[in-house]
Amino acid sequence: MRKRISSRGILPGFGLTMGYALIYLSLLVLIPLSILFLKTSNMSWEQLWMTVTDQRVLVSFRVSFLTAFCAACVNAVFGVLVAWVLERYQFPGKRIIDGIVDLPFALPTAVAGIALASIYSENGWIGQIFASWGIKIAYTPIGIFIALTFIGLPFVVRTVQPVLQDWDRQIEEAARTLGATRLQTFLRVIVPYLLPAIMTGFALAFARALGEYGSVVFISGNMPLQTEIVPLLIMTKLEQFDYLGATAIASVMLIASFLMLLLINFLQWKTNKFDAAR
Amino acid sequence: MNRRHPFRWPVFFHLLSVILSLSLIGCSASSGNPQSGEPKATVELLNVSYDPTRELYHEINQRFAAYWKQQTGQIVTIKQSHGGSGKQSRSVIDGLEADVVTLALAYDIDAIAERGYLPKEWQSRLPDNSAPYTSTIVFLVRKGNPKHIQDWDDLIREDVAVITPNPKTSGGARWNYLAAWGYALKANNGDETKAQDYVNRLFKNVPVLDSGARGATTTFVERGIGDVLIAWENEAYLAINELGKEKFDLVNPSISILAEPPVTIVDKNVDKHQTREIATEYLKFLYTKEAQEIAAAHYYRPRSEEVRAALASPFPKIELFTIQEVFGGWDKAQQVHFSDGGIFDQIYQPAKK
Repeated sequence: MRKRISSRGILPGFGLTMGYALIYLSLLVLIPLSILFLKTSNMSWEQLWMTVTDQRVLVSFRVSFLTAFCAACVNAVFGVLVAWVLERYQFPGKRIIDGIVDLPFALPTAVAGIALASIYSENGWIGQIFASWGIKIAYTPIGIFIALTFIGLPFVVRTVQPVLQDWDRQIEEAARTLGATRLQTFLRVIVPYLLPAIMTGFALAFARALGEYGSVVFISGNMPLQTEIVPLLIMTKLEQFDYLGATAIASVMLIASFLMLLLINFLQWKTNKFDAAR
Repeated sequence: MNRRHPFRWPVFFHLLSVILSLSLIGCSASSGNPQSGEPKATVELLNVSYDPTRELYHEINQRFAAYWKQQTGQIVTIKQSHGGSGKQSRSVIDGLEADVVTLALAYDIDAIAERGYLPKEWQSRLPDNSAPYTSTIVFLVRKGNPKHIQDWDDLIREDVAVITPNPKTSGGARWNYLAAWGYALKANNGDETKAQDYVNRLFKNVPVLDSGARGATTTFVERGIGDVLIAWENEAYLAINELGKEKFDLVNPSISILAEPPVTIVDKNVDKHQTREIATEYLKFLYTKEAQEIAAAHYYRPRSEEVRAALASPFPKIELFTIQEVFGGWDKAQQVHFSDGGIFDQIYQPAKK
């Protein structure tokens, strides 16, 4: 069966559709991104090195990657929890909550940024409480972390949810009858099954958080060497008409996030193989 | 499943691409101008401006359209585009076909000129450095001025938190910074080190560097952070009017900078659109009594002495210096203060060799 179809080509008009796919991808993704490198190639290596190893740039890389990583980690844990609750339980208002999960997708990020900043600033509703304990949230890396957690949440929930949906509860029951405790069942049966989905969600949330600008600028305080994120530095360079500097930083960012995605995909592939082997 | 529509999809994509390309051709055809000598019955101008001028130009455009109709019988519609000054300048460089640009600082227009869109000496083409209205930098404080902020010196007191946006991302904030620098220079008889020390201490008092002027206003006004907001005079008036006279006071420093937001035509684009004449007239209109009065109503300081003298509530007298006098022009100021490794960077990165 398979052979017959593949010899005829399972997609009718494969050449055409493939052509469209390639052109579409090129116009929207490949060409714009390669322009980035093309522009950077106008710089000498030394210039490039000077630009991207500037102390301020390095600090902003650290801030961006660290906060994005932490936010993605938190989302990986709590996103699974949300997906679990939505998938396993029936309760009134479930569909509404299910809809709310997507809000960070739909909301203009600037709106989110303004809302978060006003709630978490020293005089804000939540910020006040923390301020009385001497903890500043807005205008510190914690604020950036919160904004990035906010925008990353739906990625994990929406990748884990369908996998949970497909989950055969009999496996769980089998584990229980074989004497596994609830915790063992969860950690050794369910989590490994969910892991690839969680990692995909994590990678998506992480990648998104790295590039996030709108929601972060309002809450980060933008202090050089403290709370500047990489996208802000790119904006700063552009504002000085330093196109080259901006594209240089952008290219480094691009390569870094590409490597990150590659690594996570690799890990995912490993766990899949591990799963298949069992 | 897969066989349901075996051959429809390619056809669909074909159709889609044909429709798309046709609409693209249609767009480009309609935006091209016919090469006829006859004056057209309607003409369109695009004014690319910065953020706070939205309401100002909305009003001026209506008046100019009426004036132009009366003069020539031609109907003119002026489209407006607003955004951060630097961002707007980049849009023009990247191909936004502005007939005129009215930006927050000459440096942003210089950048367009540098890429060949208009002559480098554009600023001498219109009176008053091509700036038909001006403004200055003042302080907005909380009602009753609880911290007793009277002048620039108070901003470096340890108990005062100052809100100003980042001069590297905000054109407006560069005026703030230069105003502070100019003050310190005058107060210290031109001693550059002391001026730098002053600005250094000023920025130590800044808890948040917003990326734009409106963001800084929000931080100060809505979030209640900081004791004083350094702002353009027209923005300060606007904030007080919009958000309540009972909440804020305006403090005029003894000395400040003359902020001159410049305007000019973009030669390359007006030649392409054949709108040079009307675009020039449009900018000249900004210097007329009528437009000057509108500018004053929007809290910009009019250039016209006559309009200024006739104002019901005249602008307070502040000793003003120009960027030319103190800094030798925008180019130099940009180089020395705001470019990478400049003085502003040193404020935050003193350890760098």
